[in-house]
Amino acid sequence: MLTCYLNAIGLAAPGLPDWQRSRAVLQGSAPYVPVALAKYKPELLPPNERRRATELVRMAFRVCEDLMASSTIPMADCASVFASSGGDYPIIDQICRSLCEPERLVSPTQFHNSVHNSAAGYWSIATGSRQPSTSLSAYDDSFVAGLLEAMCLCEQEQLPTLLTVYDIQPPYPLGDKRHIPVEFGVALLLTPQPGAQNLARLQLHPNAHEDASAAQPALEQLRLANPAARSLPLLELIARGKAGKVIFTSASQPPVQLQVEPC
Amino acid sequence: MIFGKMIPLHITNYTYTTCLGAGRQANWDALRAGVSGLKPCDFFQITDLTTWIGEVAGLDLILPQHVQDFDCRNNRLAWLALQQDDFFTAATTAVARYGAPRVGVFIGTSTSGIHQTELAYFENHGSLPEWYNYRTTHNVSSVAAFVQQALGTSGPMMAISTACSSSAKVFAAAQRAINAGLCDAAIVGGVDSLCLTTLYGFHSLQLVSPDKCKPFDRQRSGISIGEAGGFALLEKSDSAGLYLLGYGESGDAYHMSSPHPEGEGAQLAMAAALHKAGLEAGAIDYINLHGTGTQANDNAEAKAVQKLFGSTTPASSTKGWTGHTLGAAGIVEACIGLDAITHDYLPQNLHLQEPDEDMSIALLKNPRAQPVTRVLSNSFGFGGSNCSLILGSL
Repeated sequence: MLTCYLNAIGLAAPGLPDWQRSRAVLQGSAPYVPVALAKYKPELLPPNERRRATELVRMAFRVCEDLMASSTIPMADCASVFASSGGDYPIIDQICRSLCEPERLVSPTQFHNSVHNSAAGYWSIATGSRQPSTSLSAYDDSFVAGLLEAMCLCEQEQLPTLLTVYDIQPPYPLGDKRHIPVEFGVALLLTPQPGAQNLARLQLHPNAHEDASAAQPALEQLRLANPAARSLPLLELIARGKAGKVIFTSASQPPVQLQVEPC
Repeated sequence: MIFGKMIPLHITNYTYTTCLGAGRQANWDALRAGVSGLKPCDFFQITDLTTWIGEVAGLDLILPQHVQDFDCRNNRLAWLALQQDDFFTAATTAVARYGAPRVGVFIGTSTSGIHQTELAYFENHGSLPEWYNYRTTHNVSSVAAFVQQALGTSGPMMAISTACSSSAKVFAAAQRAINAGLCDAAIVGGVDSLCLTTLYGFHSLQLVSPDKCKPFDRQRSGISIGEAGGFALLEKSDSAGLYLLGYGESGDAYHMSSPHPEGEGAQLAMAAALHKAGLEAGAIDYINLHGTGTQANDNAEAKAVQKLFGSTTPASSTKGWTGHTLGAAGIVEACIGLDAITHDYLPQNLHLQEPDEDMSIALLKNPRAQPVTRVLSNSFGFGGSNCSLILGSL
């Protein structure tokens, strides 16, 4: 069993513009209206990096900066896990198109943005964190895989750990082969010990049987539309301030049960 | 809590396949013979890049029926590597012993099967061809899912993709998962294969050498890109053998594609690995350097090593043999480190004629036969992602 404390949350998806303004929807006290997200300018990035930051990096920064706003833990002290099913689909598309041209000109910026750990790299530059950082994918199960690695890092290395899970829509023609109809990003800040501010205690147990669905039908559709949105049943529980368990089952990961205790 | 010293983790089998050959023996024979596996670039009829590559032979193989969906260059390389050194049997025996849900799979890769997407775009980037399957080939997780299905595991599975430190970091993630009780054993590894994205991408950054790479040499002019696959089986046990003794991870927090000039992130990773292993720098017999052959990496790494180890610990980069195998570099060089311990032999820094004047570390211009008990292996990647491993015999 792994135990961590949830210190803060960041969130971004159509109709869920940030954690604070999404709580009513997640509690079920306001209807879910999927209003498109406004374009986001990462505040922490120096101008040079901000210029080069892709849509994917902006999504990762958006949820991390949202989380920062409600936490007092210095980001420079945090380890991190960045989980994304496929990383920067638009950059991959651009590079593959460039390679079809006779000159095969790949731009240096495109190339370094194509690595799966690009958001992690920019985040480490922006916050000055030199702590361990893992970037990973487990396709549609990237949220639970990221959660496992983040809880392991947090508890085993005794480090506050930022988990960021995000996916954006793949452009055409890649989108024909990898269908993610909606963007979604979520960030959770975990601490190994209870702090002055905790949203909940999270305890992860191996073994469980049935996948948790979102309580609200409109959000259940969203949960299935983006790998990062598999976090929704957990977010609903936190928003309601209720104790309970969230079960994650999938083809590629062992089933796990997350016990949530508000504190 | 174990955030201090870690409990050593038994490496009960390991294997690697590079341009030098398939499996440990072929690689070690080439290392002993001082023969580089690099050749002028002829990958995919490329005519406009003057560079050298490390290409693995024998990738025209056919995958077994039950994993044929995964067919692409990267997964064929994974399959070829799995077949060497009885690794496949050792891994499936472990799965039978512990039970499939208790065995985790942690695989590092940088570009996974992106070449399959390149081929699909070449055929038709208006509408991608029918045969093209993104999930099972190009997606970052494809190689980890492939290994999971090929070996029949059902424990935690993830692909770690932190550029060139990917398959060193898998050891850290697996150790944490085992220690936390998420699994009892783990298959870790790394696979990265040649593709146009990395060849033209590194070229655009002016980081590929027109010559065979010459890490740490005064005349060095960049990297030679290689491909490789390798795996290790990690189990909790205390019988005599080879062990993961420590790991250290850090970020540079400096630049996306250049290392910190003083190697500050690299120092943190190496120091953390020593701390995890509960060892002083003097306990390390050999350092397998990241040593890519770029001006920036080799300068920064030499400074970092000098700061922690002084100028006496024998050190070499083995990329002159294999090329820079990117997401597979961590596992390949961990395996070379394990072989160095097994054979009591330190491979030289191939192609090194004269180091830079201010590089005051003990670079091996010639191989050395001597007792080897503990090895430190460095892997540093884009985005400032650093990982150092300490391997040893107990």
